[in-house]
Amino acid sequence: MSSVRLTRGSGLGLGVALLWFSLLVLIPLAAVVATAAAGGWDGFWQAVTNEQTAAAIRLTVGTALLVTVVNVVMGTLIAWVLVRDRFPGQRALEVLIDVPFALPTIVAGLVLLSLYGPDSPLGLDVANTRAAVFLAFLFVTLPFVVRTVQPVLAELDREVEEAAASLGASRLATFRRIILPALAPAIAAGAALSFARGVSEYGSLVLLSGNLPLRTEVTSVRILSSIENDNLGNAAAVATVLLAISFAVIVALDVIQRRVGRRG
Amino acid sequence: MSIEVTGVSKRFGDFVALQDVSVSIPSGQLTALLGPSGGGKSTLLRIIAGLEYADAGTVGIEGLDATALPARKRGVGFVFQHYAAFKHLTVRRNIAFGLEIRKRPKDEIRRRVDELLALVHLEQFAERLPAQLSGGQRQRMALARALAVEPKVLLLDEPFGALDAKVRKELREWLRRLHDEVHVTTVFVTHDQEEALEVADEIVVVNEGRVEQIGTPDQLYDEPANDFVMRFLGPVTQLGDLLVRPHDVALSPGADDPDAVAGRVARVVRVGFEVRVEVSTGEQVVLATLTRTEFLRLGVGVGATVSVRVVPGAPVVAVPGSVVRSGLEVPAR
Ligand SMILES: Nc1ncnc2c1ncn2[C@@H]1O[C@H](COP(=O)(O)OP(=O)(O)O)[C@@H](O)[C@H]1O
Ligand SMILES: [Mg+2]
Repeated sequence: MSSVRLTRGSGLGLGVALLWFSLLVLIPLAAVVATAAAGGWDGFWQAVTNEQTAAAIRLTVGTALLVTVVNVVMGTLIAWVLVRDRFPGQRALEVLIDVPFALPTIVAGLVLLSLYGPDSPLGLDVANTRAAVFLAFLFVTLPFVVRTVQPVLAELDREVEEAAASLGASRLATFRRIILPALAPAIAAGAALSFARGVSEYGSLVLLSGNLPLRTEVTSVRILSSIENDNLGNAAAVATVLLAISFAVIVALDVIQRRVGRRG
Repeated sequence: MSIEVTGVSKRFGDFVALQDVSVSIPSGQLTALLGPSGGGKSTLLRIIAGLEYADAGTVGIEGLDATALPARKRGVGFVFQHYAAFKHLTVRRNIAFGLEIRKRPKDEIRRRVDELLALVHLEQFAERLPAQLSGGQRQRMALARALAVEPKVLLLDEPFGALDAKVRKELREWLRRLHDEVHVTTVFVTHDQEEALEVADEIVVVNEGRVEQIGTPDQLYDEPANDFVMRFLGPVTQLGDLLVRPHDVALSPGADDPDAVAGRVARVVRVGFEVRVEVSTGEQVVLATLTRTEFLRLGVGVGATVSVRVVPGAPVVAVPGSVVRSGLEVPAR
């Protein structure tokens, strides 16, 4: 676009939105990056390549990615069942989906500890293992893809699927070529939320994972201990890395979503 | 016969949508399913397409029993009222969809899609998305998409129902010409009697889940099977116990015609080329529509006494529940 002219009203709206966004997001983010940069490149590089920190970053990001992939599949499936099927207990499930989201995370942590801890009634003890981190991430991120996909799926025109069927498409081909492209933006949005939430998770895993350095310690725990040791520079450096990774993931999701959305 | 529907019934819960419907639809013709909204037309069409399954009865397509066949194996093209466009695909890809599913070679698909784009006059719009088309263009795209796979029968559910009156009229004339070109057996649903009378070779009148009458537009118009068909095909008025079309009502001045009913002109309204005359016979108000010339020749005004009768040979149908009285009574004045 060569020239976009704003009306007075939309100019004002844009101004307010930018100011709001700056105060809440850009300035604090810039502050974190500035703090990280204060120690110079060497300080930053030392902070993030520290063996314990690097292990925490790998564990956190790796688990968050894995959980996001699981959520993309399971979340879409659950949304499908909720929208397309009628079964007893549907309303209850509909409400229960949000529980992991609505629960204070430390309560989620307690729930997970009592269910999968040393005194597990299921005989399933994952305490102090990486599985605990995975489980906690999975628990708190469950609703995201479900809740972003559900309304879009509900609004999909059934006649479009019928048109595909009458043109000879199987259910699978219809899903892949017609439904999936329509759901792609919603799935990507849910995946981004799910990834970000996983990366930042603290309360729900802190009890069950044991926070063992090099094994089950996640970045949020690592950042907290840096701050407790008065090493704000270290904390900011880790935060900056997470910021960069999350940004990269969000961009990648958007690219994938656009590809899928145009395919069919 | 191209489509044989035999004894089809369909319920939705307690609601009976179709009740023992049998229809034979001849090959190569343009057939209309005509009837009021909620009468079961779409349900019947969807059962033929395999988008819905009948509770009882059979569906045959080109001599093959299709009753249990899924939609994708019926070789039926379906066009929906609201286009059902694949929103993320260009017009070209929309039309190519069925051919791509059939894994036809790329250059064959391209050639065939080009032909279809020309057929529906959308050549310049091939690379656009459906959202960038008007309603009429989207529906032509949907039609091309359905025709691409060379269906044995083409089914259209109120294809022009979402369009404004002018486009609607253009498109139905275009559909008629297209059909004369392509000659695929076509069934279209409409609740607009004018659309059916103008376009169809054959009309099936469907009401409350039953077939009221099947026939050519002329048969339906000249020999309506019952009062429902008579009323549905256009305006009617009642003279005695007979339903008759207002333009088949003749008026003459004075009350001395022994075969007619005498009445008094109650109201005269002129609408364009036609004059609507309401005649009160005492027990009824009969509507007669005349041309302006006829009305001037009649030379009467409001309050005048006139004789009312049905033009000889005009189609009439007895009002149900009444016994047709012999001779029309002349009310006491
Ligand atoms: N899937 C359905 N579930 C419940 N009722 C339906 C369904 N489809 C159609 N009906 C009902 O069946 C009747 C006939 O519908 P339809 O075939 O769409 O009529 P038409 O196309 O003649 O307007 C309507 O009363 C409609 O409400
Ligand atoms: Mg309908």
